[in-house]
Parts: sequence; structure tokens; C-alpha cells
Amino acid sequence: MQVVQADVVVVGAGGAGLRAALAAAARDSRLRVALVSKVLPMRSHTVAAEGGAAGVTRGEDSLEHHFNDTVSGGDWLCDQDVVDYFVRHCTEELEQLERWGCPWSRKPDGNVNTRFFGGMTIQRTWFAADRSGFHMLHTLFQTSLKVPSIQRYDEFFCAELLVEDGRVRGVVAIEIATGEIFLFQCSSVVVATGGAGRVFRQNTNAGTVTGDGMGLAFRAGAPLRDMEFVQWHPTCLPGTGILMTEACRGEGAILVNKDGYRYLQDYGLGPLDPWPRAKAMELGPRDRLSQAFWHEQRKGRTLDTPQGPAVHLDLRHLGAKKIHERLPLITEAAQTFAGVDAVKEPIPVCPAVHYTMGGIFTNVRCETPIAGLYAAGECASVGIHGANRLGSNSLVEIVVFGKVAGDSAAQFALSNPSSQRGLRAEAVEQRLTSLLRNDKGERLAVLRDEMRDTMEDNVGIYRDEPGLRAACAKLATLRERYRRGVKLDDRSRAFNTEWLTAIELGFTLEVAEAMAHGALARRESRGAHMRIDFEARDDDAFLKHTLARHAGDAAPRIEHQPVTITKSPPRVRHYGGEGKQAVLT
Amino acid sequence: MNTITIECLRYHPESDAEPRFQSWPVPFTDDMSVLQGLQYIKDHLDGSLTFRWSCRMAICGSCGFVLNGVPKLGCETFLRDYYPGTLRVEPLSHFPIVRDLAIDQSDFLKKLESVKPYLINPDVPKKGTFIQTPGQMDEYYQYSKCINCLLCYAACPQYGLNSAFTGPAALALLHRYNADSRDAGKAERMPVVNAEDGVWGCTLVGYCSEVCPKGVDPARAVNQNKIESTKDYFFRFFRK
Repeated sequence: MQVVQADVVVVGAGGAGLRAALAAAARDSRLRVALVSKVLPMRSHTVAAEGGAAGVTRGEDSLEHHFNDTVSGGDWLCDQDVVDYFVRHCTEELEQLERWGCPWSRKPDGNVNTRFFGGMTIQRTWFAADRSGFHMLHTLFQTSLKVPSIQRYDEFFCAELLVEDGRVRGVVAIEIATGEIFLFQCSSVVVATGGAGRVFRQNTNAGTVTGDGMGLAFRAGAPLRDMEFVQWHPTCLPGTGILMTEACRGEGAILVNKDGYRYLQDYGLGPLDPWPRAKAMELGPRDRLSQAFWHEQRKGRTLDTPQGPAVHLDLRHLGAKKIHERLPLITEAAQTFAGVDAVKEPIPVCPAVHYTMGGIFTNVRCETPIAGLYAAGECASVGIHGANRLGSNSLVEIVVFGKVAGDSAAQFALSNPSSQRGLRAEAVEQRLTSLLRNDKGERLAVLRDEMRDTMEDNVGIYRDEPGLRAACAKLATLRERYRRGVKLDDRSRAFNTEWLTAIELGFTLEVAEAMAHGALARRESRGAHMRIDFEARDDDAFLKHTLARHAGDAAPRIEHQPVTITKSPPRVRHYGGEGKQAVLT
Repeated sequence: MNTITIECLRYHPESDAEPRFQSWPVPFTDDMSVLQGLQYIKDHLDGSLTFRWSCRMAICGSCGFVLNGVPKLGCETFLRDYYPGTLRVEPLSHFPIVRDLAIDQSDFLKKLESVKPYLINPDVPKKGTFIQTPGQMDEYYQYSKCINCLLCYAACPQYGLNSAFTGPAALALLHRYNADSRDAGKAERMPVVNAEDGVWGCTLVGYCSEVCPKGVDPARAVNQNKIESTKDYFFRFFRK
């Protein structure tokens, strides 16, 4: 086993991890920052984010508006002190990215342009065509190359966090190319590994989005919070789940059912006119739009495609020029993956799993309950998304809280130097390599597919008690079968991706279980969590966070925790209704 | 559903003296990509087949392969286009193979770093943003779309002959920063441009631009920098 000495280890090199590494290095250039990722930084899933990032810039907008949009978008399950911090720091972080070279799209006068997203009172989404995440990620990665104290460990798979005496002490990782085990000894760790969308069958996420960091922290004793809140993005290609950005609707695209009818007006998002207007019709929030699709399907008003039911996302009235200028990536993707020319035809779309609102519980400083352990980005639950994330809030979250996490972890490392104690890493190595020696067991793909089908069928857009109980039971069985053994075709060490997939599946099953048990315990409907058997929001019983605690081989223990309300008492969420026509720039 | 034969290059550093080929029959539907074909093999036929992939929507740059002799992304290339023939999948040319279809990318990462791909400017605004008009953005924007998939290196005969050549993607990125109105680091990058293995290593074959899946034109970036390099040479000569 090779040993690497570091001060701060950042696990994951997407947007949040890179921003954390930059912040840790900026705090003190003597700190040894190890940036450890299972893929090259520019392969991270931040790269696929399309629409943009929210930051108050326009004169008629205000932090108050961003706060209120976020809190009502989250159905009042947001921690309002954290949202307050968040909205105050969004714009400065987007400006910082610009000064690092990010090619944000501009207005003719050379200032940064903004566009509408769903649930927004005023246009506040900064965008770089529809490659916003791509440009943010490449800007952060390329900027990190000029910082010598950031040492990258590309294609190292983190398999375990070492926590001793209540404090994080190190990380055990596999160097993918050789299969060698590495021990990173350190003072603090930032987990920034992204979400867990691959728990479901139809999702917008990259293959890497398997909840590793959530699983790492969960097993190490950090609770996962609000895991039942999973976002379905309403406009994805049926079958593959490839994302057609919300920016389509932000630029004026409409959604119609098989009869050509703008069905959203039937689901509390109308009336139709005047169009476009903020927070109405297609500019409603994602949870409402995905739920409306579910109802349309039940009424038999969706289209049948070979890949499943769909509605039409129609961009044609925007005209070729605007489509190519503002939405080039999805235009290409629609052509390549669906054979549709978005300038001439509507695009068939349906909801697909997109984002995990929940994650590793942290406070506003990105601290988990384990000393020295921090988390940021989609893997974390810092408290800004509540029961439904607003589009554009996650791309800016990764820089706002990536920075906080890196800075907090650096400060911790400065005041708590790493001790050169012997860590119990050998047992971890034994456990990892034992996966290579199973002579009998099931194929990985069998367990993985059964898990995805279970989640898709029973922990979907609408849920009920019998379905959730069935899912919990099935996931327990799958974990048991996983423990009994998976049989790998590949027993070698060098670049053994089957081995890594087996370790990932272990994390994924536990994350899925936290989602299903959280959903079962929440006997109300709120945001993205819809219960057929408990249709209303129940603030008396459930205006609180869900905490899932790891319980070894048993199902997670579910507890609840109060939500911080500072200035916005819970109200009815209001979309659609009267309003004046918006001018899209 | 039809069945296509997929033939992949195999190489394991612990057990193979040299690469070999292995074939599998893969049932496919019309909407299945080459990447999905490889995933089918891995899930159901041979879990040891090794390749990189991630986003499966042509933006992360992980799944570049040589498909029947042509560098392409596996996720946006479809099995139907090779049927009823055989599809041969090889790792990207000109790079050392780590295992099967996974290449060693470290040489590219060094080159990427060598072009200083970040804004160099002593006069960065303390707050707010730079002003940059859409016209100024047009000067560099296409070169910022590179996804680092390395198809252009696999296509570049010069890189194949001499791996010291900085190569298409890294030179395109160098040009992306030089052409950015917010950057003042051109002088720091000129040594890379002027070096024997810089722009002058390019012999103008242009295949790099042809295989680029994102419509970046590295050949154009390289040749604009030949002009810059020539000017740089003469100006230095006159200043003496």
C-alpha cells in the first residue's frame, strides 16, 4: 500500500471539488491539497449541465426575489439562514468565474446576459450558450493548472473514508490504472462527488453519478438528509434520458400533448396569456411540470414513442437563428439521439431523474457532524434546495459552497495538523480485494438492473405506502444478495472497471435504501415527493428534514430534524395566475 | 432486432505480450450507439472488456475510439451504420494502451498544461466582470468548445510520427486564450508556439478538424499561429 501525505483531500474534481481545491489553496499556499477523482476533471458530470447559473444582476431583481423564489420553489423545506447566505454570494462567484475566463454569453454592450428559468420572478440565469456547465468546469480545471499546491490524482477511485476517534484521518483509494491501493493521510476531507441519479433507470446523469461520496460519508457515520427528494427533469429524451435544457422554455419553447394542447394550463400553471410570463405555464418549477406529465399520461393524452410515452417540446417559433445561437448543444443532441431537427419539428420529451436534492447533511460552513469532514455540491445537503431545487441554483451552488467547503477544510487543517498515526487501512484493502476472489455469485448487471427497476416502479414521481414498502423490502434483499457475493469476470488489478462498478453498486444500494425509507416515513406530499395516499403538505407533522443514519447491514434509521425558518413562514406555493408579459432578452 | 459482430482490440498489461482481437455477436436496435454495444458486451458477455465512458451525450470526451479506422466518439455513433458488416473497435491511435480500449492520456495532460490555458492578465478587475462584446467573443469562442476527447491526436499524422509535437487540441486551446480580449499572456505562450514542436510541427493535413466532433477547427488555430509566430520572429529581429 502506498501512502500519500496531504493536508486537505478533495474527493471529486467536478465543479464543487475544483472550486474547493482552489479555495483551500488560496487560504494557504503551504497546504498540500490532494484532488482525487475517479475520472479526469473535465469528464466530471458538471460538464453536462446546460442551462445556466443563477445570480442577481438586473436592476429590477433583488436578493429578496432570489430568496423567495428559492424558498417557495423548495416548498419551504429550505434552511432559510443558508438560503440567505447563498443568494448573497451567487453573483460574486459567477463574476469570479468570468474573471477566470468563463465565456458567459453577453449582451451587445459587453455585459453578461441573463435568461429566464422556471420558478423565477426575474431573469437571473447566467449562461454560456447551453454549455454552461461545460464552460464552468473547463474554466475551473484550466485555472487550477496554475496552482502548484494542488496535486491531482486523476483516475483514483475513493473506496473508504477513515474515521478514528470521531475525526476523519484519511482516504483509501484505488489507483485505477494499476489497481494499487493508496492511503491518503490528511487532516480534512471535502467530499464533492456529485449526485446519485444512476440509482434510477431513466435519468439524465452520466454513468459516473453513482452516489459514491454519499455512500462513503454515510458508512463513515455522517447522516444523509432529505434523500426522498429526487428531481425529475420534465424535458428529457425518452429512453436515454438525455437532457433538453430548461433553457429551451426559458427562451420561450412550449410543451404540448398529443393533441397539440398546452396541457400545463390544466395543472395550476395557467392561464395561457399573456405569454411568456414569469413563474407561469412552461416557466413553472420542475416538480409541477413532471407531475403534470404523469397526469397527462394517465389520461391517455401523451404520445407513444418506441422508447415510451412523451409530450412535445416545441421550439420552432423561436426561429433558426435564436435556436442555433442560444441552444446549439441540445439542437445537436436532438438531431443525433432522437433524429429530430428542432428548427423544423417538435422534440419528444418526458421526465427523467435528474438531481438529488438531498445528500450528506452539512451546515452553512459545509461541515458534516464528523470533525474534519466537509461536503459540497450535489452530494451534500446544505439546505438550499428543500423539497424541489430551482433550475440554475445547482450550478451556482457548486461554486458558492465549493469555495466554502475548501476554505473551511483548509482552516481545519491549519489548526488540526495530520498526525502520523498508524491507520487501520489494511482491513479496507482486504475487503476491497476480496471482491476479486469470489468464485460464485451473481452478475453485477442483474443486481443493478433490479435496483433501478425497483426505484423507477416504486419510488417514482408519485408514491404510495404499498409501493414504498415493496421497494424497501426489495432493496434489503438486493443488499443481502450483494453481500453474498457478486462474481466478476475480471480478477485482475490493472484498470479493472468491473471491480470499481462492484464497489459503486455497494454505495448505490445503500443510497437507494435511504431514499426509499425516507419516502416511506414522509407521510405527506411536498415538492418533488408526491404521495398518492397523503396528497396534502402537512406542516404540522412534516415541516422538517429527514435524516437517515447508517445501521450496518440493517435498513437505515430514519429521524427528523427541524427546518430553519427565519423570515418566510410557510405559505401556499403559487404559480401561474395573473401577471404581465415578460420581455425575453 | 438484428445482430452485429463487434470486434475489439484486447490488451492486458499483466498477461498479454501484444494486443489481440476478440469478437462478440451483439443484438441491437436502431437507436443503439456503439457505446451501448460495448456496454452490452460488458454487462452480459464479458465483464473484463475495458473502456472509458461517462456522459453518453458527446460532451465529456471520454469515449473516443477508432471505429473501422476512423476516430469517433462511441456515444454518438450508431451500430446501425455498420450493419451488416463487422464493427472493429480500437483504442485511439498514437497513445500507449493502458488496457483494451483505454489509452494513457498523460502526455496530452502535460501538453495542455504547457500552453498555460488560463487568463494571464495583470489588470484583472477587482470586482465585477470584464466587458467583452459578442464580436470579441467570436474571436475565440469556437476554440473554447474543445472537449479534450483526443480524436484529433489520433487523427494527426505528425503526432503519430513525433509525439513531442504539441498537437491540435492543445494548440487550439492556446489560441483560445491568446485570442481572448481579456488575456494579455500571449508573450508567455509564444515560446510554445515558436518551438520546433509547436505550430511548425504541423504539416497542414487538416484531418484533425475533420474528425472533431464539436466543430472546432484546430487546423485553423494552428495556422493562424504560424502567422503570429512569423510576426513574432520578425519583430524580435527588428527590435535587436
